[in-house]
Amino acid sequence: MKKAIQNVCLLVILISATQSIKKGYGVGDIAIDFKLKNIDGKMVSLSDYKSAKGFIVIFDCNSCPVSKLYNTRIIALNKKYLSLGFPVVAINSNDEQQSPDDSYAEMVSEANKKKYDFAYLHDQSQEVAQTYGATNTPHVFVLSKNGLSLKVAYIGAIDDNSRDGSKAEKKYVENAVDALLNGNQVPVTKTKAIGCGIKWKDA
Amino acid sequence: MNRFALSVFLYLSAITIGFSQNPRVVKISEIESLIVTKSDKIQVINFWATWCAPCVKEMPILEKANLENGNIKVTLVSLDLDIDPSPEKVFKFVERKKITSRVLILDEHDPNSWIDKIDNQWSGALPATLLVNTKTGNRKFIERELREGELDDLIKQLN
Repeated sequence: MKKAIQNVCLLVILISATQSIKKGYGVGDIAIDFKLKNIDGKMVSLSDYKSAKGFIVIFDCNSCPVSKLYNTRIIALNKKYLSLGFPVVAINSNDEQQSPDDSYAEMVSEANKKKYDFAYLHDQSQEVAQTYGATNTPHVFVLSKNGLSLKVAYIGAIDDNSRDGSKAEKKYVENAVDALLNGNQVPVTKTKAIGCGIKWKDA
Repeated sequence: MNRFALSVFLYLSAITIGFSQNPRVVKISEIESLIVTKSDKIQVINFWATWCAPCVKEMPILEKANLENGNIKVTLVSLDLDIDPSPEKVFKFVERKKITSRVLILDEHDPNSWIDKIDNQWSGALPATLLVNTKTGNRKFIERELREGELDDLIKQLN
């Protein structure tokens, strides 16, 4: 009987372990590179950014009202950190059947309208979002580059105030990137925020 | 008239007209208390916003269940104030859609500080639905749009 209980416990642990693997990256994991189509029609990989020290990867979209509130903050992040070696790379993983406003054509038009000066990539197969474990938009993964490997240093929200960036008390992404640039430990490595769920393809 | 005065006016007019369900603006502690306070009914707590299309789409499932299933109590927790300074849109939505379930409007800042208090599986994406049998403490958490028939199955599992 005891043995049986032990086995059940072991099984439960194993099942929860596999489930957590499915959920994408945790802080400290090594992230994969990808090759996705940018709004200018060219394919982009993180390895193309030869001099980058890391990346601010943002799963984002056109249609989500929370994303819309963060547009100018994302443009400002790239402005501030591109020259310091941490460019913004935005990825739209929404399925265009579920969310027609997030089609590739709409992405191009949105990026032009808002004058995005960073990559805005189309994750049509949704594989990158699944591998990273992105759940909502905007959802940030700060990666730090060590040699050829990309280590996940921060996962979560841009700051603690979606409604009004000027009232944000905790600028999570800026704090994480500043820490990496100064060789310090990232103060807060994981946060959550209210956002639009990524619009997955029908199974 | 400024925005605040306008919302107060709308709110008061809603009371005067006599809606049975005037959405109240609440703090997270009220939602936490719903989850733990012993009740004969299974608490179905849905997190939504007027701007969230899949939330609006699934709402009839929750409304129907609340009317037809005497064993449950549905609470629709609006997160509109996370991005909007005024609850006006929620008031109008509830009026237009003739929502009969209880609607609460959550007013909190820094979602990272309270999302785990609802459920630590929750990423913060909307819609999300928590079902709790407050007597046994058993719970189910769904972070996506509910499918037709799914709610009944989940309720059965908690009975």
